[in-house]
Amino acid sequence: MLRLEKRPAPSRFWLWAAPIVAVLCTMVAGGLMFAALGKNPIEALRTIFWEPLFGELAWYFRGQLLLKAGPLVLIAIGLAMGYRAGIWNIGAEGQYIIGAVVGASVGLAFYPAEHWFIFPLAILAGALGGMTWGLIPAILRVKFRTNEILVSLMLVYVAQTILAMAALGFLRNPEGNNFPGSRNLSQYPATANPELISGTGLHWGVVTALIVVLLGWLILSRHRFGFEIRLAGQAPRAARFAGVNPDRMVLICLGLSGALAGLAGIFEVTGPSGIISPDFNVGYGFTAIIVAFLGRLHPVGILLAGLLMALTYIGGEYAATNLGLPSAAVQAFQGMLLFFLLALDVFGNYRLRFGSGRAV
Amino acid sequence: MSDLLRIEGLGKTYPGVVANADVSFAIRPGEIHALLGENGAGKSTLVKMIYGLVRPDTGRMTLHAQAYAPTEPRAARASGVAMVFQHFNLFEALTVAENVALGMENPPPMKTLSARIAQVSGDYGLPLDPARRVGDLSAGERQRVEIIRCLLQSPRLLIMDEPTSVLTPQEVAILFATLRKLAAEGVSILYISHKLEEIRSLCDGATILRRGRVVASCTPRDKTAGELAEMMVGSALSAPARQPGAKGDVALEVAGLSLASPIAFGTALKDIRFAVRKGEVLGIAGVAGNGQDELLLALSGELRTAPGMVRIGGKDAGALRPTQRRALGLVAAPEERLGHAAAPDMTLTENALLSGALRRGLLGRGGFLRWGQAKDFASEIIASFDVRTPGPGAAARSLSGGNLQKFVVGRELLQSPSVVVVNQPTWGVDASAAASIRQALLDRAAQGAAVVVISQDLDELLEISDSFAALNGGRLSAPRPAQGLTVEEIGLMMGGAHGMEVAHASA
Amino acid sequence: MLGGIDPFILIASLIAASVPILLAALGEAVVERAGVLNLGVEGMMIMGAVTGFMVSVATGSPLLGFLAAMAGAMALSLIFAFLTQVMLANQVASGLALTLFGLGFSSLLGQGYVGVKPPLTTAVPFGPLADLPVIGEILFSHDWITYLSLALVGLVWFVLNRTRTGLILRAVGENAEAAHGLGYKVRRIRLLAILFGAALAGLGGAYISLVRVPQWTDGITAGAGWIALAIVVFASWRPLRVLAGAWLFGGLTVLQLNLQAAGSGIPVEYLSMAPYLITIIVLVLISSGKGRALDAPAALGQNFHASR
Repeated sequence: MLRLEKRPAPSRFWLWAAPIVAVLCTMVAGGLMFAALGKNPIEALRTIFWEPLFGELAWYFRGQLLLKAGPLVLIAIGLAMGYRAGIWNIGAEGQYIIGAVVGASVGLAFYPAEHWFIFPLAILAGALGGMTWGLIPAILRVKFRTNEILVSLMLVYVAQTILAMAALGFLRNPEGNNFPGSRNLSQYPATANPELISGTGLHWGVVTALIVVLLGWLILSRHRFGFEIRLAGQAPRAARFAGVNPDRMVLICLGLSGALAGLAGIFEVTGPSGIISPDFNVGYGFTAIIVAFLGRLHPVGILLAGLLMALTYIGGEYAATNLGLPSAAVQAFQGMLLFFLLALDVFGNYRLRFGSGRAV
Repeated sequence: MSDLLRIEGLGKTYPGVVANADVSFAIRPGEIHALLGENGAGKSTLVKMIYGLVRPDTGRMTLHAQAYAPTEPRAARASGVAMVFQHFNLFEALTVAENVALGMENPPPMKTLSARIAQVSGDYGLPLDPARRVGDLSAGERQRVEIIRCLLQSPRLLIMDEPTSVLTPQEVAILFATLRKLAAEGVSILYISHKLEEIRSLCDGATILRRGRVVASCTPRDKTAGELAEMMVGSALSAPARQPGAKGDVALEVAGLSLASPIAFGTALKDIRFAVRKGEVLGIAGVAGNGQDELLLALSGELRTAPGMVRIGGKDAGALRPTQRRALGLVAAPEERLGHAAAPDMTLTENALLSGALRRGLLGRGGFLRWGQAKDFASEIIASFDVRTPGPGAAARSLSGGNLQKFVVGRELLQSPSVVVVNQPTWGVDASAAASIRQALLDRAAQGAAVVVISQDLDELLEISDSFAALNGGRLSAPRPAQGLTVEEIGLMMGGAHGMEVAHASA
Repeated sequence: MLGGIDPFILIASLIAASVPILLAALGEAVVERAGVLNLGVEGMMIMGAVTGFMVSVATGSPLLGFLAAMAGAMALSLIFAFLTQVMLANQVASGLALTLFGLGFSSLLGQGYVGVKPPLTTAVPFGPLADLPVIGEILFSHDWITYLSLALVGLVWFVLNRTRTGLILRAVGENAEAAHGLGYKVRRIRLLAILFGAALAGLGGAYISLVRVPQWTDGITAGAGWIALAIVVFASWRPLRVLAGAWLFGGLTVLQLNLQAAGSGIPVEYLSMAPYLITIIVLVLISSGKGRALDAPAALGQNFHASR
């Protein structure tokens, strides 16, 4: 009989082996899923994971990689800080949308003026917008003990309605022949967030993401605040004993993750997406949850996980056009990855034992 | 007379730990048999095997002259074996009757059951209202729920695991009367304890365990407490050395401290007042759940109070947070080691940082951590308090209870504090570690700190305290000099018998 | 402003509109009473919605569809049960994963079904009763799932409060260690609770795709699972209050749709964000009210591992 036995100390090996094994397991299970859909599993996996990196069109796809990983990493690092502290912000999608809408509103308010400060101002507004949206569940939790999971999620739906209002109403492009959607911010030089080095996908959002990776790592490993975050998540009572103020922790973590999601939103809408349309958001806020876990809630891990997840997006789209693989398959594939990871995580704290130990 | 339960060669090994090896003894019907041993001697594993919670690796048991190998508690109960746990298996949000029903195989309808609970509780002097929520009961009352749950199943063997740690001396006397009455009715009792005087007054026979093995068996009445202690520990223990020094100024003053409890089913503090001078040890006794946790939280700063209620070194600290109180020189060690005093999954270095960051200068500029210094601090604690561990990189949860407690107490005492507050400093700690912790507290007092020790262990308090007070229902009795206090006086300070009465001797 | 809205039709339709969230919340209340926090309600609902839709289209039988919906959601919940009960994974993360996977997997399954019409789930024929004024409209105009959901409220209440099964379930949710110490099989009991919760969530999901809408589109549950989770908190984990909560939210939804249809002056967007905003407001009101964490099961969200 197999049973689990608690390790005396957490395993460092499994901390990093788990995501790798999880990716391998997901490839096998995903292959089976593709086979069930009537596709050649090897072909499908090759199309998703190999072609974008090394195939004929790699010159195009490689640039896409950073483009898609940037927002995922930016959002996931904010989420990871909170998750480590036991604060569950799952409404990053809403904070992302609000960041984009607020930032775009500020930027477009100057249209068609040209000033150097418009772009930074719009970015700042985006971060503040996301932060405000993230602070709503934080303040409600601190003041009224409401559950931040439910509130942050409800606010996603509210944000989506606001997005629709913006795209159809107050931000609608007056010269757009009544089509939904705002003016194109990436074609308005004062707000454009262009590709900095051609073909790399590197834009200001990606640069910010890389800086945030570095800062996040520094805070978590070297700074008192990072220590307090880890303490609050692992042993809340010990954190209070140490002097951590739990309310402050909630406000900072949700505010911070909201601001980072807002940044991701405004960088997206001033760059790759260009316009505020009812469906400009593509679920980065939710996928970032997977990225955060897959990256072990660790900034460097998140960077790698973000790149991998970006690859599944790009490969998934490619497979959709090339093999007729349904685009929803990628979403299911990503969910599966999270399942395997959560399951394998047990080995970090427990080991398998054979033989019957006790009557359970 | 034939034996009720006979145990032969029982053994149980966990990876890296031999919990029990070759344990043999027997219990006669109507006998009160003591299982004596230190924390970690293997008593709990042994009774869990008898109760079917753990399966033995070797050996066999016979009950009523028939092979007995329970695979689950249900089977043990069906064979007439019942157990009162040290950590009660109770459900706070449920009523007394529901809790009792959950411990029975085929409980009668609730109405009948309530009537039977009322009847049995009357018969044995254990008053209980079946309709009350267990969460609202005191520790002593909760124990009654456990006992009545057992008695309703007419057990042949009743196992009691450290039952007196939650009782006042008066309640202990009443419990013993109940147990004697049960024994007179023919029920065998396996009584687990490390309290020697209790065993000498109650038990007919004793089996003594050390490191998982039987080291002796005896009739406890024929031995002195000292002889029993030596058999249990393996060597004679010396009482801590005390140099009664002059007491200085008041270092900690609590006045009119009243506070609602943040804990579900907790106890509110009511108008607590005391003062502790430099060099003085104040012992605070009380049965668990009478406000000890709340008092520690209010002193450590995890709970803040109205201004003026807590003064450290003359400064008003009511509104200060834990870190600010540390700055004033107050350190604290909560009762729960894993999860409150220490973070289980973090290393000892990280745990040293947890409360020592400020007073040991482990924070650098801009709030960055000095990991090197933190590691040195952890190593210093390990060395000066003889913490057995591979090193500062070990996770807190990998340490045994005694070693982690030494680490936690050491971490606080090595911050040169002027006020020390500890809750249950030696709970679940083996005798030698307990002795060294007590000595360290006394040493710190001798160096001029005011020390507050909250404990349920009266012997410990009488050994180290200068003055003595007791918590009862969130109120603190007026502190009195510890010298010359009798156990009866202490018992009354702790609330006496809490309305219990001696079992009717009708059997 | 309410002109043109018939209050009796409103009541009748709020009863119908609340069925999906009622079922899902009732199931989740049982799961949480056993000490398990399953945030995958949305995922289980949408799995139920898609499997129920597929099977009833294939067989032409709504009954088989609803049964398949329960089975589909239960199958999905087995992943959650395995993760949390066997592999001791974090319940919050596992529940989120379940929802993310369920959303993706359901749209994968439902690809060929967009625009297809499902067989009709008819009202229970009460004959002349249904023609009674007022009462007929409110009480006797519904389909059998609606009546089933109401019966389940009573059944769950009875089992939780009046039977030994319910007592054991609550005990496991209060203190898993103690229940284990008394010899109860904590994991098995929790597994069964998870499956029960999934069955009801699946049923609720299928009610959306087969009765309320009735058709299949991606993400058809549109947050109903999350609202169900909020209702459980709102109801303090009590079945009868779950019913009250579901009717309150159902009523708000219906009112909002009616206001839109009646062409009130309020912009559509404000109305369509109303249910979510009101959920937040209600959460605030109930959370700030009482002291002791709203009678939440004490072991909620904590995994249990029998150590030595």
